[in-house]
Amino acid sequence: MGNFQIFKFSNYMLSIKNLQARIEEKEILKGINLDIKPGEVHAIMGPNGSGKSTLASVLAGRSDYEVTGGEVEFNGKDLLEMSPEDRSREGLFLAFQYPVEIPGVSTTNFIKTAVNEIRKYRGEEPMDAVEFLKRMKEKMKLVEIDQSLLSRSLNEGFSGGEKKRNEIFQMAMLEPSMSILDETDSGLDIDALRIVAEGVNKLRNGKRSFLVITHYQRLLEYIVPDYVHVLYKGRIVKSGGKELALELEEKGYDFIKEELGESVEA
Amino acid sequence: MSEMLTTLEETALSDYKYGWVTNLEADEAPPGLNEDIIRFISAKKKEPEWMLEWRLKAYRHWLKMSVPRWPNVTYPDVDFQAIKYYSAPKQAKTLNSLDEVDPELRATFEKLGISLDEQKRLSNVAVDAVIDSVSIATTFKEQLGEMGIIFCSMSEAIQEHPELIKKWLGSVVPVTDNFYSALNSAVFSDGSFCYIPKGVKCPMELSTYFRINAAGTGQFERTLIVAEEGSYVSYLEGCTAPQRDENQLHAAVVEIVALDNAEVKYSTVQNWYPGDKEGKGGIYNFVTKRGICAGVNSKISWTQVETGSAVTWKYPSVILKGDNSQGEFYSVAVTNNHQQADTGTKMMHIGKNTRSRIVSKGISAGFSQNSYRGLVQVGKNAVNARNFSQCDSLLLGDKCGAHTFPYIEVKNSTAKVEHEATTSKIGEDQIFYCNQRGLDTETAVALIINGFAKEVMNQLPMEFAVEAQKLLAISLEGSVG
Repeated sequence: MGNFQIFKFSNYMLSIKNLQARIEEKEILKGINLDIKPGEVHAIMGPNGSGKSTLASVLAGRSDYEVTGGEVEFNGKDLLEMSPEDRSREGLFLAFQYPVEIPGVSTTNFIKTAVNEIRKYRGEEPMDAVEFLKRMKEKMKLVEIDQSLLSRSLNEGFSGGEKKRNEIFQMAMLEPSMSILDETDSGLDIDALRIVAEGVNKLRNGKRSFLVITHYQRLLEYIVPDYVHVLYKGRIVKSGGKELALELEEKGYDFIKEELGESVEA
Repeated sequence: MSEMLTTLEETALSDYKYGWVTNLEADEAPPGLNEDIIRFISAKKKEPEWMLEWRLKAYRHWLKMSVPRWPNVTYPDVDFQAIKYYSAPKQAKTLNSLDEVDPELRATFEKLGISLDEQKRLSNVAVDAVIDSVSIATTFKEQLGEMGIIFCSMSEAIQEHPELIKKWLGSVVPVTDNFYSALNSAVFSDGSFCYIPKGVKCPMELSTYFRINAAGTGQFERTLIVAEEGSYVSYLEGCTAPQRDENQLHAAVVEIVALDNAEVKYSTVQNWYPGDKEGKGGIYNFVTKRGICAGVNSKISWTQVETGSAVTWKYPSVILKGDNSQGEFYSVAVTNNHQQADTGTKMMHIGKNTRSRIVSKGISAGFSQNSYRGLVQVGKNAVNARNFSQCDSLLLGDKCGAHTFPYIEVKNSTAKVEHEATTSKIGEDQIFYCNQRGLDTETAVALIINGFAKEVMNQLPMEFAVEAQKLLAISLEGSVG
C-alpha cells in the first residue's frame, strides 16, 4: 500500500467505541461498544443502575456527565465534539424519560422554534405556516394527540402518558435520523404504550435508526427490535436478537449475573 | 451546575443597542438649580406667569423635602447642583411641518425604528418625539384634531390650552406629593398632553418617544392624559438614552384622569441605558405615575416592560374613586448586571365595587436586585372591593436577588384581597431539554423568559409586543437580535 491516509467512512449511523463516562467521581459507563446501521432498531435492557439512562444522556450531551474515554461517530462525524444543540440539529433525538415543563410556552410554539432552528442549521428557510400546520395535523394523527394539548404550555399539567406521547410527537415533527427512547414505556398504561409504540413503528422507514432503552420486555412486543443488548454495570454483557428480550423476561436479570459467574443475591 | 451558571451568566451579559449619541447643537442651561434657572426654563418656553408661579411654588416646597430612603436600592447621592436642567436641540426656527425637522434628528428617530414621516408609517400610531428637554415633532395631529382629540407637547398645551392645564395639571400627583415629583414640577421641560373629548374612542395608538441625548442633563418630562366621559385611548411610551459613564437622572411625572365610563390604557417599554457590566453609568429612573378613576365605571390599565435604567424607582398607581371602577397593573421588570429595580404599584380602593388586578413578573440576572413593592388599600367606604395580585420572580444564576414587599391595608370587611407569589429559577433541565431540540442556550433562555412574561406581554398593543419580546431577549442575552 502507498503511504497515504485512508479516510474510512463506516456505514454505521451511530458507532460507539469503548465509551466511558462518569458523574462526579462515580464511573458509570465502563467501555460501551455498539454499532447501529441505518434503519436498525436496537434495544438496550438492563437492571436499574446499570447505566442505561446515562448512556442516553451522554449521547445527547448532558453536561453533568464527563466522558473519560472512547469515541462516538454519528453519521461520520465526531459526536462527542458537538454541542447538545448541534447533535440535535445533526439528527439525534432523545425522547426524555422525564420531559420538563416550560410555563407560558405552548407546545406548538416550542416545536415550531425547534423545527426552524434545525432548518436554519441546515441552511434552509423557516417552514411556512401552512406547511407547518399540515405537518402538525399529519403527525398528530400518528400519535393520537389532541390539538388542545398542543396549545397548552409545554408539558405543564400533562399526565405521564401525555408527556410521553408529546415526546413521540416531537420526534415525528423533527424527523431525526437517530432516535433514542429513554424508558419511554415507564409509567404508561397498556393503551398509551401501544399508541406510543405504533407512533414509533410508523416512523420506521428503513433509514431512521432507533435505540430503545427499557427495563421491561413489554415495550418490545410492540416495537420489535433487530438487536437486543443487555447493559450491566456499565458494560454490554450480552447481545442477541429479539428472542433475548423474551429470555430475560422469563429468567430475570439474575441469569445474566449467573452467566457472568456472579453470586446471585437472595 | 457551576458550569451551567457560567453559561447563563455569559448569555446574560448583554450589550445596549441604543448607546450612540447624536451630534446636535444644543441650547442649554448652565448646571445647577435655583430660582433663576427655573425662571430661565419658564422664559425659554415663553410660559405665562401662572405657570412660572406654579413651578416656583414646587421648587420652594422641594427645598424643604429630603431624598426618599425607603426603596430597596443603593446608589451614591445625586448632586442636584451638577445637573443641567434644560437642554434643547438647536433648531433655527419653529417648525411649520415635519419636513423641516433637522435631518440629523430625523435620522436619530429612524435609527430607533420610529419614523416621523406620516406617509411612511405603516402602523396606526401617532408619535410625539421628545429629545432631552423638548418635543421635536408630533405626528397625525390634524387627523386627531378633527375628532377633537388634543395630542401635543406639554409646552404647546400650556400655550394653547391653558384652561385644561390649569384644571388638571397636578390634580393627580400634587406638587407636594414626593421629592421627585416636586422637583419635576419645578423644572419639567416637556412631555405630552393628551385630551380625549366626551364619547370619543381614539382610533389610533398615541405614543411618546423619549430620548436623552445631551451629556450631564436630566430629563424631567411631564405627561398628562385626560379622558372625558365615555372616551377611550391607548397610549404608548418608549425611552432610550446614549451610553455614558456618568449617571443621568430621569424624574418624570405621568398623570391620568379617567372620568365616567372612560378607559385609558397606558403601556411603557422602558429601555433607558442600564450602565455597563461593572455597573458604571446608566440612568436613575425615579418616576411618579398615577391615574385616577374619577368617574363611575372608569378603567385605567398600566402595562410596563422595564428593562433599562441603573436604578428604577417607580410605582404606577390607580386611585379607584368612582364606583365600579377598575385598575390594572401588568409589569415585567428585567434586571441584569448591577441594575437595581424597586417597582410595583398602588391600588387605592375608595369607591364601591372597585376592582384591581396586579400581575408582576420580575426577572433577575447577573448581580442585580429586583424588588416588587405593592400596596393594596381598601378604604372604609369601598364596599365589595376586589383585588387579585400575582407576583412571580424568575432568577437566572445565583448572584442576583428577587424581593417582594406586598402591603395590604383593608378598612372594609366586605373586601376580598388575594395575593399569590412564586419564585423560580431557570433550570438546567429546561435548558438541556431545549438544547436537545436544537435550540442554543440563548434562544432557550429567551423562550423561557418570554413564556414566563407572557401574561403581561399579551396586554401590550401588537405594535409594541414584538419589540418588547425582542427587548427582553436582548436585555438578557449576548448576541440575539
